[in-house]
Amino acid sequence: MSATILETGATATAPAPMIKADAIRKSYGRLEVLKGIDLQVQRGEVVCLIGPSGSGKSTLLRCINHLETIEGGRMWVDGAVMGYDLKGTKLHEQPHAKICRSRVEIGMVFQHFNLFPHMTVLENLIEAPRLVLKEKRSSATARALSLLESVGLADKAKAYPRQLSGGQQQRVAIARALCMRPKVMLFDEPTSALDPELVGEVLKVMKDLAATGMTMVVVTHEMNFARDVADRVVFMDDGHVVEQGPARDVIGNPQHERTRAFLASVL
Amino acid sequence: MTLMTEPKKTAAAVDEYSIVKARHPGRWISAAVIVLLGLLLARSVVTNPNFGWETVGMYIRDVSIVRGIGITLELTAVCMLIGIVLGVVLAVMRISANPVVRTAAFAYVNFFRGTPVLVQLLFWYNLAALYPSITFGIPGVDLDTNAMITPLTAAILGLGLNQAAYMSEIVRAGILSVEHGQSEAAGALGINRLQTMRRIILPQAMRVIIPPTGNETIGMLKTTALVSVISVPELLYSAQIIYARNFETIPLLMVASIWYIVVTSILSVGQFYLERHYARGGQRSLPQTPWQQLKRFMRVHDPLTLKGAKK
Repeated sequence: MSATILETGATATAPAPMIKADAIRKSYGRLEVLKGIDLQVQRGEVVCLIGPSGSGKSTLLRCINHLETIEGGRMWVDGAVMGYDLKGTKLHEQPHAKICRSRVEIGMVFQHFNLFPHMTVLENLIEAPRLVLKEKRSSATARALSLLESVGLADKAKAYPRQLSGGQQQRVAIARALCMRPKVMLFDEPTSALDPELVGEVLKVMKDLAATGMTMVVVTHEMNFARDVADRVVFMDDGHVVEQGPARDVIGNPQHERTRAFLASVL
Repeated sequence: MTLMTEPKKTAAAVDEYSIVKARHPGRWISAAVIVLLGLLLARSVVTNPNFGWETVGMYIRDVSIVRGIGITLELTAVCMLIGIVLGVVLAVMRISANPVVRTAAFAYVNFFRGTPVLVQLLFWYNLAALYPSITFGIPGVDLDTNAMITPLTAAILGLGLNQAAYMSEIVRAGILSVEHGQSEAAGALGINRLQTMRRIILPQAMRVIIPPTGNETIGMLKTTALVSVISVPELLYSAQIIYARNFETIPLLMVASIWYIVVTSILSVGQFYLERHYARGGQRSLPQTPWQQLKRFMRVHDPLTLKGAKK
């Protein structure tokens, strides 16, 4: 891993938490998937969200960058309420352009990669810097190439996503998100769609990224990764945070019955 | 079962077996029938004097015919351009979050798809009877409809606006064919909705949009023949003017048909290469051009080396 990712890492000096979820509520129709979630992620911290499917962990992650709207509570990212302007006690929905501007700070990696299939790997990386940051092609390309090198794909710059393996595509997706120089990275089950032998290469890139001090929130089923890399593990079930704490404690010595049952079924 | 009887034969006999390919008498018979019918058709085309091949030859490059082709091509290009641009706008309106915008686009499509284009053409041609002057509701603007709506503008409006209704459905299908994760990924990167549509969604939708659009272009080229009823001197009308004079109806219809086939064939080739261009990233390798296919065929079936199916 080169120094490129190091440079994109967030500074860990400011006191305010990078992410602060305050009593977040979210429903799909009549089904309430988040029932008042409180969560804080400090700068430079790596937090893994674990829990059974349907527990609301992916929804919570998608609320952080406002891919999902919320029905109650407030989501603070880097000291500002995400998606709303807070005036007194009223939260005014922001225009889409303003939400887009906030999202620049928040990188996201999806389960199914969601690379742009009509663009080469390099074009995938420089598209958003050019469109959103209005960056020159040359400077965006320079950063993109060094990021590709740091994820071990320097030779794939001109390939199209469909010519790559799943693991390679996901590494490109990580590089694409980093190319926007985000302050925080969200990972939504980044290895769940991969063949087992390809999981390791993606986890290694994430581990290297964590070592640079990047603030990361990871929804994952990889308990070994959570134990080795995460500073903190948050166990969610049925729209609640059931238990959280240092990774080794939650996974090695769960206090709550539901956490124990879940871990017994996945480990 | 065969295994049981096999050991009784000597091992040396194995090499004496050879494969006899299955006969396909049915294929030979059907091929022969088709060739025979084709020959009969060709004979009648050549020998029937009513085709008037000499007259066809005389008029195939006639000045007014060539001018007619020019107008047919112009009409096709302009009307398809209007159709595509307006069609994209209508398609985006159809998937808008605003129900009024959505309904307006639906009403447009329903109206233009629900009435025959021939009737629409006649309406535009006779617009002066409906609105003798056009003011757009703006004070000071007062345009004489008869002066504005020439046969050519009536043709362009009629065909273009009608085409937009069909194109919007094609474009909408293309947009819907792009996975939702694409706009989500673009949104997460901070790319706004308009840029996402232009840079991420529409280029991918092209793969779905191009084949039926090629189809529509070829259809449009032939539909322009309809505007002969409002006396626009395109290819068919030019032929009609000539045969109204010399009564050589069939030969001049042949002239027009030959040109229609020539131009649509050229458009088909263009369509192939356009589709190939937008297939980028869709498959691991691009579809082969006919020339590449021929080279491959020659390599596989090389009669000199008879290497057979080796690559």
